[in-house]
Amino acid sequence: MSGLDSSILKNKCQLYGLVTLRVLIGWHFLYEGVSKLINPYWSSAAYLLDSKWLFSGLAETIVSDPTLLTISDYVNMWGLTLVGASLLLGLFSRYTALIGMGFVLLYYLFAPPFLGLEYSKPGEGSYIIVNKNLIEACALWVIYSFPTSHIIGLDRFFPNRKSN
Amino acid sequence: MSDNTDKDNGKNMNRRDILKGLATIPVFGLFLVNLWQKIRRDALRKSNLLGDLIQEKSPPAVISGLSDSRHLKLGIIGYGGRGSHLIRGAGFATKEWTDTVSENARKNKLDKQFETFMTQEDLNVSLVGVCDLFDVRAEQGINASKNEVRPGGKPKQTATRYTHYTDLLNIKDIDAVIVATPDHWHSRITIDAAKAGKDVYCEKGLTRTFDEAIKVYNEVKKTGITFQLGHQNRQVDANEKAKQIIKQGLLGKINLVELATNRNSPWGAWVWGIHPEGNAQTIDWDTFQEPSPNKIPFGEEALRRFFRWRCWFDYGTGLSGDLLSHDFDAINQIMDLGIPKYASSSGGIYFYKDGRDVPDVWNATFEYPDKDLTILYSATLSSNDPRGNRIMGHDATMQMGGQSGGGSVHGFIVKADSESTRYKDRLESGIISTQYPIYTYSPGSKQIDGITSATSRYFANKGLLYTYREGKRVDPTHLHVKDWLDAIRSGGQPKCDIEQALHEAVACHMATESYLQGKQMEWHEDTHTIEPVDKSKV
Repeated sequence: MSGLDSSILKNKCQLYGLVTLRVLIGWHFLYEGVSKLINPYWSSAAYLLDSKWLFSGLAETIVSDPTLLTISDYVNMWGLTLVGASLLLGLFSRYTALIGMGFVLLYYLFAPPFLGLEYSKPGEGSYIIVNKNLIEACALWVIYSFPTSHIIGLDRFFPNRKSN
Repeated sequence: MSDNTDKDNGKNMNRRDILKGLATIPVFGLFLVNLWQKIRRDALRKSNLLGDLIQEKSPPAVISGLSDSRHLKLGIIGYGGRGSHLIRGAGFATKEWTDTVSENARKNKLDKQFETFMTQEDLNVSLVGVCDLFDVRAEQGINASKNEVRPGGKPKQTATRYTHYTDLLNIKDIDAVIVATPDHWHSRITIDAAKAGKDVYCEKGLTRTFDEAIKVYNEVKKTGITFQLGHQNRQVDANEKAKQIIKQGLLGKINLVELATNRNSPWGAWVWGIHPEGNAQTIDWDTFQEPSPNKIPFGEEALRRFFRWRCWFDYGTGLSGDLLSHDFDAINQIMDLGIPKYASSSGGIYFYKDGRDVPDVWNATFEYPDKDLTILYSATLSSNDPRGNRIMGHDATMQMGGQSGGGSVHGFIVKADSESTRYKDRLESGIISTQYPIYTYSPGSKQIDGITSATSRYFANKGLLYTYREGKRVDPTHLHVKDWLDAIRSGGQPKCDIEQALHEAVACHMATESYLQGKQMEWHEDTHTIEPVDKSKV
């Protein structure tokens, strides 16, 4: 059981399209994570402080508690790095696609581009309801649903872990 | 599909399997190569810049322990807004204040005021004397001396009220006094306290007039008391770091410094609340106005003047003693400038036409011919656009506070100049850019502060609300009071001693006199006098 429809397996264009998507998102996650790891001044606080809508209260709680903030920083730095490496290398990619989806969905929900919500930092594009976080979350959903790492990726070396 | 078949057939890995399994490894390699190049490039850039900054390796400032544990008894003369803050710095707050800020902290987890107060060091002092001409505030001072919600717990002794400052100074038991009255009382109280052998912490500006400043200076020098002027910026880590950087010559030759004040609220323009209990019975108005040149009978105008005294030259010097004094002292701390040779100023009452006689827009220039330097000070009370302070050198500019001050509380950034000589090669080779700072100092970047009001932000950007020691937020006012108490105990000099105080006072009074006389003023070091510049001799 490959987890991929045989029509996709036969269609190189579709297969490589999915692999490319996985690798590119992996690259993006990996650099987001590593760049935070190597910057001693990075903190999730600035992002959390600008949070609006449902999770703004939770964001405030995290920011006001040094322990929670440190945990949040570490989870983000290492989480993004590991998910990124996993997607890029194709190792346990199916699970990490879900985790990565969780990350970007949280980023979306902590600061959604809804009408009436104003953010202090100007965005790098123009969005209403749909932004790049939401799109990346959906792309990860696709990666989860159409796993490719057992065909192109390190998961190929674990043929018995069929569910992956 | 052969791929699938290969795998399903089990363990027989063929070359094709291995190739496909490792297919993304080159991409990962490409990523690592790029990452390594970026890290190397950043490190090279940093080493090229910071190689010049030997002292960058110096350890961060720490709070030193008390020089000894001798218990000191303090008196406060003037327990108003600033006086109560200074007494909090010494470790005493009213119950009303601790209740309010602990409630604020409960409602807003980002509000760290209560935590900052409760975690400050117990300075081993008692507040034993309170003097204020307004009954309500005197009672608040007594209340603060009794409140057990404080660092160190239950106070060893509580305060007595004295209706006149001379009665307080007569108490032998009192070791030292904090003077936080309006400026027109500073000189007389400080001189009398020095004569009585009390050490003095005097709030800025040092005095209301130039002559008073010289008298205070002479008396403090004569008696040898431990004197501290209330410029808490002296305790701010960022100023010390800025001083190191300038000393290292990172900015090149500096010919111009710009200092700025921007406020845009009635509170920021000293239109402070008139206390509902303020009346002829609760306020000793005659004593209040005793040293002022113009006297008026008690009434509504007197109430306005009592509670908003900074708006009149009878009691203070407006922007000069209140806000220029801070910025001047900070730049004097950073650059060791001393007293300027010439000062001139102009301005007017352009926004707050409420009967005040001090300007609300005011600009001053200070000349240091021997240092090839001009300081420009520009203040407005009707615009909140934060300009920050800029130290402009031939090679780089340091921007402190303000909108582009690194985006952080009381940090600073240094940007190279496009025509710099020192950085010419590095600019041409692209190692550094004029668009991005070559140095950023933001001590609180990982600290979250619930600083909300515009005025709070103004003070915070100037480094007057909080500084950082070992990553912990500390009130510089507390550190400044501690510095004074340590100097009393050890016999040393505090950071803003009478020499530094004289620099601030003379510079500010030269600018004030220039405004009042419409002439450029000149400082005569040999005679300790100022006088208008005689243009015929120029």
